[in-house]
Amino acid sequence: MTAIRELINSVDLLYMLTWKEIRIRYKQSVMGLLWAILMPILIVGAGMLMKQAYSFASHSPLTIRDLLSVSVKAVMWAFFASAVKFGANSLITNQNLVTKIYFPREILPLACVFANFFDFLVATVFLGLLMLIGRAGISVQLLWTPLIIVLLFMITASVAVVLSCANLFFRDVKYIVEVLFTYGILFTPVLYSARAFGKWAPALLLNPVGSILEAINDVVVLQRAPSFGWLAYAAGCAVIGLFVSWLIFKRAEPLFAQEI
Amino acid sequence: MSEISVRFQNVWKKFRRGERYDSLRDLIPAAARRLLSHEKSVQLTSREFWALHDVSFQLRRGEAIGIIGPNGSGKSTTLKLLSRILKPDTGSVQVHGRMGALIELGAGFHPDLTGRENIYLNGTILGMKRAEIDKKFDSIVDFCELQDFLDTPVKRYSSGMYARLGFAVAAHLEPEVLIVDEVLSVGDYHFQEKCFSKMREFTSNGTTLVFVSHNLAAISSLCTTALLLNRGEPVFQGDVRTAISKYYAFYEESRETKYLSIEDIQLTDAEGRPREVFEPGERAVFKVVVRALQPVNRAHAGLLIHTKDGQPLFDTATSRHTDDRLTLGPQEAATIEFGVDLNLQNDVFRIGFTVTSEFDEFYLYCNMNLKQAVMTGDRKSNGLVHLNPSARVLFGELPNSRPGVVVSVGERDRLL
Repeated sequence: MTAIRELINSVDLLYMLTWKEIRIRYKQSVMGLLWAILMPILIVGAGMLMKQAYSFASHSPLTIRDLLSVSVKAVMWAFFASAVKFGANSLITNQNLVTKIYFPREILPLACVFANFFDFLVATVFLGLLMLIGRAGISVQLLWTPLIIVLLFMITASVAVVLSCANLFFRDVKYIVEVLFTYGILFTPVLYSARAFGKWAPALLLNPVGSILEAINDVVVLQRAPSFGWLAYAAGCAVIGLFVSWLIFKRAEPLFAQEI
Repeated sequence: MSEISVRFQNVWKKFRRGERYDSLRDLIPAAARRLLSHEKSVQLTSREFWALHDVSFQLRRGEAIGIIGPNGSGKSTTLKLLSRILKPDTGSVQVHGRMGALIELGAGFHPDLTGRENIYLNGTILGMKRAEIDKKFDSIVDFCELQDFLDTPVKRYSSGMYARLGFAVAAHLEPEVLIVDEVLSVGDYHFQEKCFSKMREFTSNGTTLVFVSHNLAAISSLCTTALLLNRGEPVFQGDVRTAISKYYAFYEESRETKYLSIEDIQLTDAEGRPREVFEPGERAVFKVVVRALQPVNRAHAGLLIHTKDGQPLFDTATSRHTDDRLTLGPQEAATIEFGVDLNLQNDVFRIGFTVTSEFDEFYLYCNMNLKQAVMTGDRKSNGLVHLNPSARVLFGELPNSRPGVVVSVGERDRLL
């Protein structure tokens, strides 16, 4: 209980640390706001290349809808991947804070997630423009998007929190994360649709990020209701994940200053 | 006023020496042990040591305690336990009220951000709300006197400016319990004085202070009690002056050369009571008993006083006061006594002792560290020397009215 009260009391700190992360990233940088869309653009490029090859093979033409659906998923995935990567390192990069000043340490990975969420918001502006140009249209299903984004946020936060803690004890965690994310994109329906796998689709959707990506694709691009079952599954993962990761983090927290 | 504000009870804290786990072979049994046994063990494995060994103290509101001891004695560990950065292995630590911990000034400053931005960042890290910082911002800037550098990234600050900004932010925390580690050693004299007076202001307003410093003069002027630690164990707790003299006792070792050995050293006041801490202007008597190991012929002894940084301040020798010379056969002893008015203040001064032959060859040379005198200050003046100042303010006519003296001097200067 005190931990929750402490967390609530630290909202200003969370705000300032998030602001710091954002400020640092955009200060003295060549890319500026373009940084926020660099990774999504690369992912979309790779996706389109793959789809093109696929369309040659299957003789089905590449549609604007394919482009949009890869873009939407790419923006979501880019947020997830970079937030987790930065978050996992957050305790180590702020070593002097961890050993010198007391405050709830989960603020550090959370601030990284929020800072990357800012990039995500910047990227969605570009995405919105793309949707306008591509005449994606608007449907009532768009109302699902805030919920889906919140779920992705929760899952990202829980992975970042637990990995930041693991990375503090075992420094090779960040390399493991690096490798997992390099190949993780191929195991998650980002560049392709899970439905393409027919009866094997659930295997891909068991990854909650996968089911979230499919849900966002459904409501934004395909303008149809998401699969409620898988959305509920993702929601369950998000809530339990957040709770469990926070619990693990809190149990390990007293050791941080001496083990770092 | 008598409520307990800090309670540090039978605290034990162990640390590991060397690397954490060399291999998986070490890790797996260790992890299994940690999972299986939830009890906090007071047993040490071969690679562990006690950083704090059964330390207890408690402070009422407004009390100030200094923690002293040699390097590695557990001072900073104590502060980190108090500020909840570390958890004790056994024992309990309770702090009541808003705590401000200055373990390192400006920890959490980001070099690329400007002074202004870092005030907000550091302030929130230390536990302030943004609205609170908005309110105190001008006062913080006034305190650190960095108005012209507010929009400069702190990476371009000097270390003194860095510390000033850090202390200024921390000083505006309005803590009920203030924990200060050795943080004020940077920064110029003027700023250090400002920090000390701020800390004095805190304690007189009822803030509880826990202060770690190697600056014993600062400890003795800020704190009423002190805790002396050595290798994690509490050696003494109580009156600050006694603690300081016990601390110095660690460093005093008998010195000897092939000619002479020092048998006894005493620093006393005029009445012969052993003392380490003196008021400015007090008479001190320094007595050394030497024993000859080889014959010593017509030697004289010298007394040296240095600042703690080794700057020579004063020296004298028996040959300038008396015609008696030290002529000793093997195993014969003599006592040399020097008396001085310690017109010094606010710092620690080192007392050295020499024995020199008539041809200026040293029989014994203990330049600095034989004994220390800790001088308090009376806050009527600053600086290292005590000139017994007085001052008055006169209104109206000058008493021995010689109007125009100053003016005429000025006029003469101008004519020249």
